[in-house]
Amino acid sequence: MTSDLNATFGQLLGRLSWDAIPYHEPILVATFAGAAVVGLAVLLLITRLHAWGSLWRDWITSIDHKKIGIMYMVLGVVMLLRGFADAAMMRAQQAVAFGDAAGFLPPHHYDQIFTAHGVIMIFFVAMPLVTGLMNYIVPLQIGARDVAFPFLNNFSFWMTAGGVVLVMLSLFIGEFARTGWLAYPPLSGLLQSPDVGVDYYLWALQIAGIGTTLSGINLIATIIKMRAPGMTMMKMPVFTWTALCTNVLIVATFPILAGTLALLTMDRYLGTNFFTNDLGGNPMLYVSLIWMWGHPEVYILVLPVFGIFSEVVSTFSSKRLFGYTSMVYATVVITILSYLVWLHHFFTMGSGASVNSFFGITTMIISIPTGAKMFNWLFTMYRGRIRFEVPMLWTVGFMVTFVIGGMTGVLLAVPPADFVLHNSLFLVAHFHNVIIGGVVFGIFAAINYWFPKAFGYRLDAFWGKVSFWFWFVGFWVAFSPVYVLGLMGVTRRLSHFDDPSLQIWFQIAAVGGLLIACGIAAFLVQLAVSWRHRAALRDVTGDPWNGRTLEWSTASPPPEYNFAFTPNVHDGDAWHDMKRRGHQRPTAGFKPIHLPKNTAAGVVIAGLTTLCGFALIWHMWLVAGVAFAATLVAAIVHTFDYGRDFHLPAETVARTEQARTLQLAAAAS
Amino acid sequence: MLNPRPITAAGSAPVFYDTGDHHPPSSTLLGFWLYLMSDCLLFAVLFAAYAVLGHRYAAGPSGADLFALPMVATNTALLLLSSITYGLAMVAMRNWSMGGVLGWLAITGLLGAGFIGLELKEFAHLIHDGAGPQRSAFLSSFFTLVGTHGLHVSFGIVWLVTLMVQVVKRGLVVENRRRLMCLSMFWHFLDVVWIGVFTFVYLMGVLK
Amino acid sequence: MTRTTSIVRPLSRLLLPTALLGLAGCESIVLKPAGDVALQQSQLLVHSTLLLLLIIVPVIVLTLLFAWRYRASHTAATYRPDWGHSTRLELVIWGVPLLIILALGAMTWISTHKLDPYRPLDRIDAQRPVAVDTKPLVVQVVALDWKWLFVYPEQGIATVNELAAPVDRPIEFRITSSTVMNAFYVPALAGMVYAMPAMETKLHAVINRAGTYEGFSSNYSGAGFSGMRFTFLGLAGDDFARWVARNREGAAMLDREAYRRLEQPSKQEPVRRYASVDPALYDAIVDRCVVPGQMCQHQMMAIDAAGGSGKAGLSAVASVPWGDGQRRIVAGLCTPTDPLGLRTAAR
Repeated sequence: MTSDLNATFGQLLGRLSWDAIPYHEPILVATFAGAAVVGLAVLLLITRLHAWGSLWRDWITSIDHKKIGIMYMVLGVVMLLRGFADAAMMRAQQAVAFGDAAGFLPPHHYDQIFTAHGVIMIFFVAMPLVTGLMNYIVPLQIGARDVAFPFLNNFSFWMTAGGVVLVMLSLFIGEFARTGWLAYPPLSGLLQSPDVGVDYYLWALQIAGIGTTLSGINLIATIIKMRAPGMTMMKMPVFTWTALCTNVLIVATFPILAGTLALLTMDRYLGTNFFTNDLGGNPMLYVSLIWMWGHPEVYILVLPVFGIFSEVVSTFSSKRLFGYTSMVYATVVITILSYLVWLHHFFTMGSGASVNSFFGITTMIISIPTGAKMFNWLFTMYRGRIRFEVPMLWTVGFMVTFVIGGMTGVLLAVPPADFVLHNSLFLVAHFHNVIIGGVVFGIFAAINYWFPKAFGYRLDAFWGKVSFWFWFVGFWVAFSPVYVLGLMGVTRRLSHFDDPSLQIWFQIAAVGGLLIACGIAAFLVQLAVSWRHRAALRDVTGDPWNGRTLEWSTASPPPEYNFAFTPNVHDGDAWHDMKRRGHQRPTAGFKPIHLPKNTAAGVVIAGLTTLCGFALIWHMWLVAGVAFAATLVAAIVHTFDYGRDFHLPAETVARTEQARTLQLAAAAS
Repeated sequence: MLNPRPITAAGSAPVFYDTGDHHPPSSTLLGFWLYLMSDCLLFAVLFAAYAVLGHRYAAGPSGADLFALPMVATNTALLLLSSITYGLAMVAMRNWSMGGVLGWLAITGLLGAGFIGLELKEFAHLIHDGAGPQRSAFLSSFFTLVGTHGLHVSFGIVWLVTLMVQVVKRGLVVENRRRLMCLSMFWHFLDVVWIGVFTFVYLMGVLK
Repeated sequence: MTRTTSIVRPLSRLLLPTALLGLAGCESIVLKPAGDVALQQSQLLVHSTLLLLLIIVPVIVLTLLFAWRYRASHTAATYRPDWGHSTRLELVIWGVPLLIILALGAMTWISTHKLDPYRPLDRIDAQRPVAVDTKPLVVQVVALDWKWLFVYPEQGIATVNELAAPVDRPIEFRITSSTVMNAFYVPALAGMVYAMPAMETKLHAVINRAGTYEGFSSNYSGAGFSGMRFTFLGLAGDDFARWVARNREGAAMLDREAYRRLEQPSKQEPVRRYASVDPALYDAIVDRCVVPGQMCQHQMMAIDAAGGSGKAGLSAVASVPWGDGQRRIVAGLCTPTDPLGLRTAAR
């Protein structure tokens, strides 16, 4: 009887067994212990504050773009800690593993760490942070009350969270991929990587990718259809323009990722031959397809950040943005050109000189509109009155850092130069230069800029500056040696070295990593200190920086409905225009406001999808089948819900607006 | 929609707030169209894979050896006919004829089911002969492209049945009309993809 | 090219050490290689950097200058809050980078064609062209898990993890891989090129200075990647002939059996020498028919080009053990007159 049970149970569990849990890896055991302690503490805290109901009602089931935006940001920041921990371990290993010293990370472990580091930073840090910002800010900037598809927005978030769950589970159950963040076959094929690692990778990215694609559709429709009256395309804020182009890129590239990963998944699950060696497959096809997604992806990360900097430079120089029209055209040109450069990621694959030259030249061309943007920011500062609040510090830091990264990128775009630098640490330094100097700096600028809007109080400026300087100096100390090492011929993804003359550079880089860690710590301290002093830091006007765009016309934080009356726009920099021409905030005549209801469908469907993914990873076919069917049923059941909205009574609106009127009056006096 | 005009008031003072009832236009059709374009791109990846790998038979059979054109013709006819019947369902919807809508939808669903049935039979036959997706890169890309299309049609049928139930329950309310329009776009889109499939895969495959 | 090089070289010796902190005084093999191809590539790198610095330096200077000059507390500076457009400035902003990119683009087109790894060398170094009747040294390279196999068809020897070449003789590398994508790279010599299974890539290079150099894989290929390194010996005068003779001293023969043993995954392989090599082995490796009974790729492609082998070919699949599992292959076709399928399998 027991053996029958064992057999059934065993079948149910697929290839999952107790062996999957890494008891004998001390680092993982310690990590699990730490995570468990923190996790339990968080659960206990929520229980003590009786906040479960509020968590469910106000956050998990919320379809409010502001709540969802904040959840994305929290997710991104938490995963930043995980991704940075991976980076710290890599730096530590590379600083010590010379000659006879093997370091503390065997290749089996190290190779998972660098793969996870890349995957997490791109998909589960940068993407959620950028998506969260666009989600929060764009509807406010265009004078809308929410995005076009609020339920889909919630669902997109939970699908991203599902991807995060799978990646984090791979730490403690089974292992992650050991292939690099793009998992090239044949290495990622079934023959070379038969274990669960690549499967975790595939399903985490597919699930998160669905969320991202839907989010892209959502924001495009929002920007096209839901702008306030009078806001023509050329009167939209620049951040909204970059958000539009970013989301067009998302919708027009993520399907390529989905398709390509699906082909690899089929090779692994069904024994197909897309990327195998012996029955007609072609691994070069994967490389080409994945980079057709991969290059636009980096523009997806950087374009919103360009938008952020445009807003910040203009606001903190107290001056209109220089060259608005040319900024818009530059963004659109970058969007289109980003599809014409992908081969520069594999010049060394032997495509021939003419093909290589073509893609090298298109890559250089794309630097022209990017440079134009840089100049436009410069000339916004020119003859402005610059206030060096924390967001502006990040901006200036970005401007001097990103241009170096851009330069090294153009250098790598020259194929013969790439032949000596491809896959070297020079490449690694280049892309960290542009991603940290661009995306990370931009996100910190955005967080400091828009935090008061989202939470009603400013972030502490002192700790913000401390964080900035640690990040800025730390970045250069960490990555200048990496450039040097690349020029010394060192390749990437090595866990051990024989040449002792390299070690000093790795040690300097490790020090840089430590400085960045201080920067992150300072940011966390900033959050804590600001919370403690929130009364003193309170933003009562809703417009702490003398902003120029519509989000600053709302209260901080904005009410659920954003605008009691939809603004009517006459000029770009709409709020600046309103302030200048003496607008009067309406204090009466409020109407009931049509709003969507919260729903559990998003978290349920995404949760079932994640369960299905986990089951597929472990070959738990029955569980996967049931989970998939349940997902389908849940989705169909949700479509039978026709009562998805409600009207907020006019009295509620009036009360909320009255409270703000009093607040503004108190601030003025 | 694309150029929302500013609200002006009599007199010179600019109006900064829309004090009327502001109802943004429905974005559902635009959003669905965008989704369809992303799906189109997914098919493009599969077509690209087929283009690159479609002649790699691994010394096995080619399309000419395996494809039965009469069956493909039948399949194509079923699918194209189903597009016509769906169109008739939309005409009935515009005429507020619930019976018409349900009737034509049912026929569409049956035609679609016929298409899927024939395709499953074809796949089963091929796999039984040993010409499954594992045999060669050509067969992998064939099964994936045609199979993905078939999966989409199957989801479409599930959606169609669900929508029929919803129309019965609530009638031709505005939400259902929007959903019928979305399914319409989806169905015709799959039709267009099929034309690509039978041209590039079946017809050109047999021509070799 | 020579005219500008003479101006640029002293300039580059000044700027580059300053631009790259601390690089002066350490070994940058990429910037100071020992092979002519790599040298040309490094010069290209330097020239491109200087060209780009023409934009980058002013941008950084202006950023810091404007940040300082237009700080809010500096009320003496002009303040034009509504100035947001200047056609002339836009023309400069778009035009100057365009000109620089045009120059760089031209450099790119020319240099990419000149330094195409597939293009035979036309010069030994800047002073000496390649003589018309020079035959390059052919070295066949196979990237294995996780070591490098070098076969010298002209000399009939093979080595693992040690590559040697005579100074100033053009080398033609023919490169493939056994299982996964790797990249063949000797920084002192020339740029890198991917090594891919079932495919052959080429690299033309020449070593100008005798010495011992590092070589490795620069594309991550699995657990033994960090140890996948080899030594490259640039040998002057008779040293190369002596090296070849030394390899011939042993008794090891690299035949198919020995290769199949070598192909098994292993890390940190010591140097191995084979006194003789099966002359058809490398082609069989590229053709993926070292295993007896596996159909060669060239035959498979010929059959595919003719439209496949019909339904009869469906059963022509076999499995060979690989690692902990099985690898599926197409079996050589047997006919009554060729019962072992030798005509389609191992040549």
